[in-house]
Amino acid sequence: MNVVVCVKQIPDPAAPQSLDAAHNLDRSGKLILDEADTYGVEMALQLVDKAGSGEVTVVSMGSAADVAGLRNALAMGAAKAVIVSDDSLRGTDSLGTAKVLAAVIRRDLPDLILCATESSDGYTGTTPVQLAELLGLPSITFAKSVTVEGTSVKVDRQTESGYDEVTAPLPALVTVTAGVVEPRYASFKGIMAAKSKPVEVLSVADLGLASEVGPAGARQAITEVVAAESRQAGEKYVDEGDGAEKIVAFLESIKVL
Amino acid sequence: MAISNIWVVVEPSNGSLTTTSLELLSHARTLSSSVSAITWGDQTAALAAEAGEFGATTLYDVGPLNGVLPGVPVAAAIAELVANVGAPDAILVPTSYDGRDIAGRLSARLDRPVLTNVTGLADEDGLVTEHPVFGGTLTVKARFTGEGPGIIVVRAKSFVVEPTEGLAANVVAAPVGVAAFAGAATITTSHVEERTGPKLEEAAVVVSGGRGLGEAASYALIEEAAKLLNGAPGASRAIVDAGWVPYSHQVGQTGKTVKPTVYIACGISGATQHMVGMKGSKNIVAINKDADAPIFQIADFGIVGDVHKVLPALIEALKARG
Repeated sequence: MNVVVCVKQIPDPAAPQSLDAAHNLDRSGKLILDEADTYGVEMALQLVDKAGSGEVTVVSMGSAADVAGLRNALAMGAAKAVIVSDDSLRGTDSLGTAKVLAAVIRRDLPDLILCATESSDGYTGTTPVQLAELLGLPSITFAKSVTVEGTSVKVDRQTESGYDEVTAPLPALVTVTAGVVEPRYASFKGIMAAKSKPVEVLSVADLGLASEVGPAGARQAITEVVAAESRQAGEKYVDEGDGAEKIVAFLESIKVL
Repeated sequence: MAISNIWVVVEPSNGSLTTTSLELLSHARTLSSSVSAITWGDQTAALAAEAGEFGATTLYDVGPLNGVLPGVPVAAAIAELVANVGAPDAILVPTSYDGRDIAGRLSARLDRPVLTNVTGLADEDGLVTEHPVFGGTLTVKARFTGEGPGIIVVRAKSFVVEPTEGLAANVVAAPVGVAAFAGAATITTSHVEERTGPKLEEAAVVVSGGRGLGEAASYALIEEAAKLLNGAPGASRAIVDAGWVPYSHQVGQTGKTVKPTVYIACGISGATQHMVGMKGSKNIVAINKDADAPIFQIADFGIVGDVHKVLPALIEALKARG
């Protein structure tokens, strides 16, 4: 069984973030593999292991100047990586991203495509489903668990009131929530092996795409960026055994108690 | 360019519409005199009365989905409506598990962009959306520049629910062809997890736990405190990622937006990812052992201390009050 995992290299969320002059997220610093994607990579590796054959390919869009994040996925055990890197893609929206990913994945359709429910930086959460629609595949979002049985995928899907057991025929696209599996740490052997695994870098022209991606294809514009109303810090006490008592008094003062 | 027509996707849940759906209908009414709603399922009569009460004049009914996840068939039905009756100025969709599926499918099907995580929407010679970024410290304003309809996915709690004297919406069937159901993802069994107390998004009190709890077992303290306050337990992304609690508990950018009367953050440092989901709370209480934790910068009331000492004491104090 072959599995594609869509991944994104993002600026470290722990570092200060800013917008550039064009109101795009500043991505000039060091990029890391989005932690949200590590669950998909781990899930894919486990499913391929269980199937006994096949491989995991990671597919990404973004600058290929730094592919440390992709190498991380390769070090975990993915067989190869493909990244579409092109200056003309800066300012691409979620639908444009889905078009790029679809063009890559269509070349060699896998049995299963895994994505995070949303990226940690852009967090639109629509790219996976747009991708599924473009590829004409069924999709199941917000998976808590994923199993493959014969020619179908079975998923426990998070709902407001619990979860649903959902099934779809393969090939299919599934988005996984965090915490569904414990992503492995890359072993030393894995890190060494990753250095020689293939990372294919493609341009927009390689995929036969043009103005439907990039800022023109996004058909949306940021008109303004303003500071949001900020909250002020209030009272702060060091607990000296009376912290709980103080909280109770505060809750009384706001009439919650 | 006045807004002449808005469609709102309204989600059924046990015979009524979800709160976020009503928020969207209420707000759509302030932007346009013509608001239509789109829903699905087998309880449309009851939903038509509710949709009308909150401002929809027409309710397009996709009908029963027979267990198929709504994303594909509802998007197909809307695309067909656009082809048959013409495109509205905008299509509003609630941020929810199924709402994002519908919006994504529809966007690709119509080849129209989608704006997500919207928390504000105004008519400024065309619709302008507001999106919180960087933990809600900045607000980005955006608009569509191409041909409509723009698809707008709105976060919960962005608008106030306000009923009207409106009559029941006029129900118009908007069925989809069988093609939309072929090879679709289908629900085989639903599991309802027993919940005592209010829903996370609707609770007046939310008690949330983070990495400072140290281990999964300590989350029981959060649940107990929440129960005693007739509130709901929440969580930071860190402990959801760690697998301590399910995703449905997550408050933040990737997760739920809550605006309770009081939000009690226990062992949560206050990553920007978390703050965006709770900074609209009326009051914020923080318990954290690090006096410099960012959560204290937005807390109305902070206790610098160990959650393992403060929370059990708080639980005892609440129990003592009966």
